[in-house]
Amino acid sequence: MRPEMIVLQNGRVLDPATGVDGARTVRIENGRIAAIDDPGARQPAGAQVLDCAGRWIVPGLVDLHVHLREPGEEYKETILSGLRSAVAGGFTAVVSMPNTKPVIDNAHLVRFVLDKAKEAGLAKVYPSGATTKGQKGEALAEYGDMKSAGAVMMTDDGHPVMNPGIMRRALEYAKAFDLPIMVHEEDLNLAAGGCMHEGTVSMRLGLKGFPAAAEDVMVLRDIELASLTGGRLHIGHLSTAGAVRAVREAKRRGLRVTAEATPHHFTLTDEAVATYDTNAKMCPPLRSQEHVDAVLEGLADGTIDAIATDHAPHSSVEKDVEFERASNGIVGLETAVPLTLALVRRGVIGEKRAIELLSTGPCRAFGLPGGTLAVGAAADVTVIDPAAEWTVEPASFESKGRNSPFGGWKVQGRAVLVMVDGRIVHGGEQRSR
Amino acid sequence: MAHPRQHLLGIESLARQEIESILDSATSMKEVLRRDIKKVPALRGKTVINCFFESSTRTRSSFEIAAKILSADAVNWSSSGSSTSKGETLIDTAKNLEAMRPDIIVIRHGASGAPNLVASRVGCAVVNAGDGAHEHPSQALLDAFTLRERWGSLEGRTVAIVGDIRHSRVARSNVYCLQRLGAKVRLCGPPTMLPLGVEALGCEVTSDLRTAVGGADAVMMLRIQTERISESLFPTGREYSRYYGLSRAKLDWLKEDALVLHPGPINRGVELEPEVADGDRSVILDQVENGVAVRMAILLRAAGAGPEATSA
Ligand SMILES: [Zn+2]
Repeated sequence: MRPEMIVLQNGRVLDPATGVDGARTVRIENGRIAAIDDPGARQPAGAQVLDCAGRWIVPGLVDLHVHLREPGEEYKETILSGLRSAVAGGFTAVVSMPNTKPVIDNAHLVRFVLDKAKEAGLAKVYPSGATTKGQKGEALAEYGDMKSAGAVMMTDDGHPVMNPGIMRRALEYAKAFDLPIMVHEEDLNLAAGGCMHEGTVSMRLGLKGFPAAAEDVMVLRDIELASLTGGRLHIGHLSTAGAVRAVREAKRRGLRVTAEATPHHFTLTDEAVATYDTNAKMCPPLRSQEHVDAVLEGLADGTIDAIATDHAPHSSVEKDVEFERASNGIVGLETAVPLTLALVRRGVIGEKRAIELLSTGPCRAFGLPGGTLAVGAAADVTVIDPAAEWTVEPASFESKGRNSPFGGWKVQGRAVLVMVDGRIVHGGEQRSR
Repeated sequence: MAHPRQHLLGIESLARQEIESILDSATSMKEVLRRDIKKVPALRGKTVINCFFESSTRTRSSFEIAAKILSADAVNWSSSGSSTSKGETLIDTAKNLEAMRPDIIVIRHGASGAPNLVASRVGCAVVNAGDGAHEHPSQALLDAFTLRERWGSLEGRTVAIVGDIRHSRVARSNVYCLQRLGAKVRLCGPPTMLPLGVEALGCEVTSDLRTAVGGADAVMMLRIQTERISESLFPTGREYSRYYGLSRAKLDWLKEDALVLHPGPINRGVELEPEVADGDRSVILDQVENGVAVRMAILLRAAGAGPEATSA
């Protein structure tokens, strides 16, 4: 059922893009935002009215960094299950990562992802393609062809581009198509097979650590290459104080550099690894407090453009093993909202900034549509109950993945209604009248 | 008195009193070990599986002899050519071994935390016989036992640990154990072998051997793995022995009654000159003997039996 007209009533509209913050009624017609009215405004007859009392009505959340695992690892996630997870977490659009099997390094596979996403009919998917063929770091992939097919960004995520010469060419060539290159910053020689952040905790656990400098030196390298080439550089899952400093400085220099941070990197420290819990194993690894503090500062002062989850579902085959053998990553989509709102309650960022980091900011970083409730925009809308208390239960995730270090956490804040192009894709039933 | 069955995963989580009770129990075990007829029925009807994913004839034999003296049925399981090389996970292996109803699994594994993982999934007691670069609790306990035997108490003593601190489970377990028993610990090695964050252990740290061993009551030399040369932790065995090995000439740097320990096996001529390894300050062979006694005490504790069980 798709009513022509939906009215969201009694909610607080919070739209960083237009600056609206206050009680408004949102009218949606034919999949677009038709009006943002004062609360009392009369609405046309025949509309489906949804009560949003006590809730925030915000632009649909957008995640720049999601692993959907299809094709190739459907036992971990499919595009369908990944998108169910996305809308359950409040996301109306996600950027999918190309490190599938096979690697998405050509237009056919970009189209495959878009077709599957369309079939799913849930959140929108903006595919990314590989920076280099097969993500081997050796030869550029076909950026133009992939962009024509619908790719929005190029990345070898999961792997750094170790050869600086190739990285330079990638940034240069991508300019022809105005594509950002997203980077996974990890100097493999410095990482030297380490499986967690190098410091007091790795020392105690006897796990091979690798230093924050493995990220720093690559970020510094790529910022200089962005300067050299004038290309668009996006730092994926930034996690160190050095990286935050470098990005802040790059922005000051006016370079085209953007960055994202994940909820796990700003919520947890490497102490989460202390029981050898493989759910706390990621790359970049969870860092020590000083790095977490620097990331929080970057989120607050605008250095970091977006919160992205790096949603990385795995099965028990990859996680129920010795720590050093376990795969990296966590299920991110369904816990991002409460973890971000926790920053608001702690006074790290304001409410508007929180929403900006989850919607407007990511759209701006990659030039994606959305991220606003402006009249005429597509009705990608998320309704958040900021007070909802709930317990994270990985067993009931919509994602096929169960790998979360937040299992059992009591959290606050949840997406209760999600609309994509004016169509309700998550929640809403219970409170509709 | 019945004791609860207990894992021994590391020293870090042990209180001083727990360490002392294991060492006390090891004292009676050493008496048993020195008897003509080395057999007590303490663990009769109990099964101990020695599960070694990393080969170590020395530690495995020591646990095996300890189990046999206590009348336990000891089974050796090693991973080479077994199911792990066919893709079976550690948890599968542990579950399969558990299904054979052992009372204790003694595990040696190359991955730090592997015994913790096994302990979280099986019902029997798990004893860590060395995991990655994490802990080697039985080694630390036998070292402490050896020192206590000589000194009566470790209180106020200073022990220098020399070598590859970064990769050494022996060093970590010893730091916890010695400190908890009241000793001061100095750590010494080239900076490439001192892990980032080492100050958190609360030891004196130095890269100068003379500073480390000067005034120390005991010097514990760690085994150096020559593979570390390829990781550029040190250039050559020759240079290592020159700056971090203990030669007869350097013995002058030590207190006159200082003891020399080594967890074995020794790279003769690298960590220790043969004259030092076999010299009168060396307690290396005591360590080996005491290893059996301490492991008897560990197995008793793991099985939930006290030392009094042996007097029956
Ligand atoms: Zn990723």
